[in-house]
Amino acid sequence: MATELPRTDVVVIGLGAVGGVAVLPLVNAGLNVIGLEAGGWMTARDFAPDEIRNNIRDWPQAVPKAKNEIPTSRANINFEAVQGGGHPMMNGVGGTSLHYWAQSWRLNPWDFKTVSETTKRYGAHRIPADSTVEDWPITYDDLEPFYDRVEYALGVSGYAGNVNGTLQPNGSQFEGPRSRPYPMPGLRSSGFTDMMSDAARQLGWNPFQGPAAINSEIYGNRPGCFYHGFCDRGGCHATAKSSTAVTTIPEAMKSGLLKVVTHARVLKIVNDADGRVTGVEYLSGNQVLFQPADAVLLASHTYENARLLLLSKSREFPDGLANNSGQVGQHYLSHHQGAPVLALFPKNLNNWYGLPAQGVAIDEWADDNFDHSDLDFIGGGNLWAHTDRKPISAAKMSTFDLVPTWGAKWKAFISENADRTNTSYIQKTTLPYRGNYLDLDPQVKDKLGFPVIRITAELRDNEKRIAAFTQERMEEWYRAAGAVQIVRTGLGTAMGPSTHAYGGTRMGDDPSTNVTDRFGFAHESPNLGVLGASVMGTSGARNPTLTAQALAWRTAEHLANNWDTITR
Amino acid sequence: MNNKNKNPEHAIGSKGEAVLSRRNLLKGVGLSGAALMTAGSGSIIAQSSDPAASPARIRVLEAFETLTAAESAALDAFASRILPSDDGTPGAHEARAVHFIDRGLTGAMAASREQYAEGLVALDEHAMQVGGSAFYQLSASEQDAIIEAMTQSAIPDFPMLNAGFFNLVRNHTIEGTFSDPYYGGNRDFIGWDLIGYPGVRVMSTPEDVRLGKDLAPSRQSAYDMPTHTKDPVAAPAGGVSHGH
Repeated sequence: MATELPRTDVVVIGLGAVGGVAVLPLVNAGLNVIGLEAGGWMTARDFAPDEIRNNIRDWPQAVPKAKNEIPTSRANINFEAVQGGGHPMMNGVGGTSLHYWAQSWRLNPWDFKTVSETTKRYGAHRIPADSTVEDWPITYDDLEPFYDRVEYALGVSGYAGNVNGTLQPNGSQFEGPRSRPYPMPGLRSSGFTDMMSDAARQLGWNPFQGPAAINSEIYGNRPGCFYHGFCDRGGCHATAKSSTAVTTIPEAMKSGLLKVVTHARVLKIVNDADGRVTGVEYLSGNQVLFQPADAVLLASHTYENARLLLLSKSREFPDGLANNSGQVGQHYLSHHQGAPVLALFPKNLNNWYGLPAQGVAIDEWADDNFDHSDLDFIGGGNLWAHTDRKPISAAKMSTFDLVPTWGAKWKAFISENADRTNTSYIQKTTLPYRGNYLDLDPQVKDKLGFPVIRITAELRDNEKRIAAFTQERMEEWYRAAGAVQIVRTGLGTAMGPSTHAYGGTRMGDDPSTNVTDRFGFAHESPNLGVLGASVMGTSGARNPTLTAQALAWRTAEHLANNWDTITR
Repeated sequence: MNNKNKNPEHAIGSKGEAVLSRRNLLKGVGLSGAALMTAGSGSIIAQSSDPAASPARIRVLEAFETLTAAESAALDAFASRILPSDDGTPGAHEARAVHFIDRGLTGAMAASREQYAEGLVALDEHAMQVGGSAFYQLSASEQDAIIEAMTQSAIPDFPMLNAGFFNLVRNHTIEGTFSDPYYGGNRDFIGWDLIGYPGVRVMSTPEDVRLGKDLAPSRQSAYDMPTHTKDPVAAPAGGVSHGH
């Protein structure tokens, strides 16, 4: 039997990229908040520039929970799902915002209105027939104030492209209007990114330095980026990366209203006979504790959000909390970020100290920024040329079929070319489909005996056609910059475990097709809010974190502003 | 290891025996003896120009933590054909990639230990069949022929000598040659020099990342930086702060 703790106002499950943001508006409203985090605090000493530790050995090692709850995955029901690869999730105060690339994009307005905008411009028949995509219940303009709050609370660097409707030359010409510029200018350019920018201009495109939750100059009490180049799956030793662990969480702690409970492994969200949540059961050491609260915000990763709901069975919710509709786990997608283009240049690019978030973006081929009338897909991709390079991955470079993959010729090849390659990053519009979903694996369990999440999902024609189309654009860009060899990789197949995972608790007005309402609260359990990309119904063509954070802030602020009606 | 020793570089015990410092472990544990059987053997201490290191004659002969003598010989020969040094510049052997693999197989790479055991035995048995001696004793061209067949998964008598095993060894050889030297390979930054990587550093300036800039190598391990030491005693004050 669980030991009952003193009641609090709000429990937040997971103090990562989104839970770590939501705590700030809650304490600003004077609410008492307990943040339950499965991991602990990490420090600068954990953030060494060490490719083995960060990138080869599945950093960080000290994540026993995430490591034994890796989802199983299969393309469709004709296969058995298998567990493998690294863990896409993270335990630790700050969560994945500790080690992510920190690209901090707003979605394009089109991503919120994919169905209606496509219907209006091209006809309803252009929506892929097997897709379950809906318009979001909110628009870009609804979310804009929250994007703005998060950009300033965290510290995001970048160049605005559209301030209150006025286009700005240094940013994306296609972004939705923003109420003010970024709090900091973009990360610096490099020889390579300038070369790519020049090439893009030759093609008549508008290149711009992309936005990042990394300080480009001193911001508050944190320094600007040192540009040592180990952001990818590496924490920032200089605290220049605007992880929630060094921004909103410590800021919220100053109020004295946020209590951070580390190494707390949540087992179940508990509900009453009315279907309202009453608190959270968690494991601390060997003790099962029950933390009662007036409201619960579920803020783990997409996979864990669905999993914890499905595991939280009760008399009222025999198939899992807030799942009498059967919608928990539906409309899952993982971002099609694969299918890159590789380029080989005839000179060194000097990319050894680049960051993955330090790069040049092309938005001409993203979203609905170009005419799709004569094309066989909707959506598009954001082209990203960035500067990340580390020695092991450099030595593992493609040989472009020019030499064998071992021996003296290979040695001479990598010796000459290790700093002459670049791999594109093209994030593509990805839609939800019938037959793509999350559920509990019937066999594979974590060490406590709870089933892990099973992914059943594969890319469909629309995503593959975008991949083929954007690869062509990327090749044009690299060729214009002087690339002498190009490899286009395969267009992609399954949608395995990914850091960019969406859906499972989709947000929408219709409770028969959505788990959460337009403010992120469960239709079937109104004092349960869900935070994270699991509420997003489309991916857009860019990283999800900033959008998930803006949504989290909005959900938290809505809770505070409507406290009496939501908690009764 | 004595965590209280503030200056382990120069820590020498009584009777001339060295207290093994981390740096010595990085660079020094390749002494004479077992030269034939081991990877990257050769007296590093004797080559060292660091006067502080010369009296530190560590009385440790070459050792592996899990690989047998035969396994290490076969693996070193294999790795040496993947990244050879017969072009006159150092390769996997000189970088001591096999030491990286050996250490990894006792820890983070332990899941591959059995595959190495089976694969390396098969490599020697197959070498014996086709060339009459252990793999490491074959000529380079004989070794290359076996590896080439392995990449095609075309050794029917020894199905474990397949492209999967080749790729495993190739990946680990690369990791051992190009990783931070803390892990036991990339000795003397051989790997980083080979591909022109100027080494880990705390920061880079705008000028450092312009095209054509030629940076001098930093010549340090990530763990030579006090910011990143995992030594709980040597950590700088505030190193365990929680950001609040």
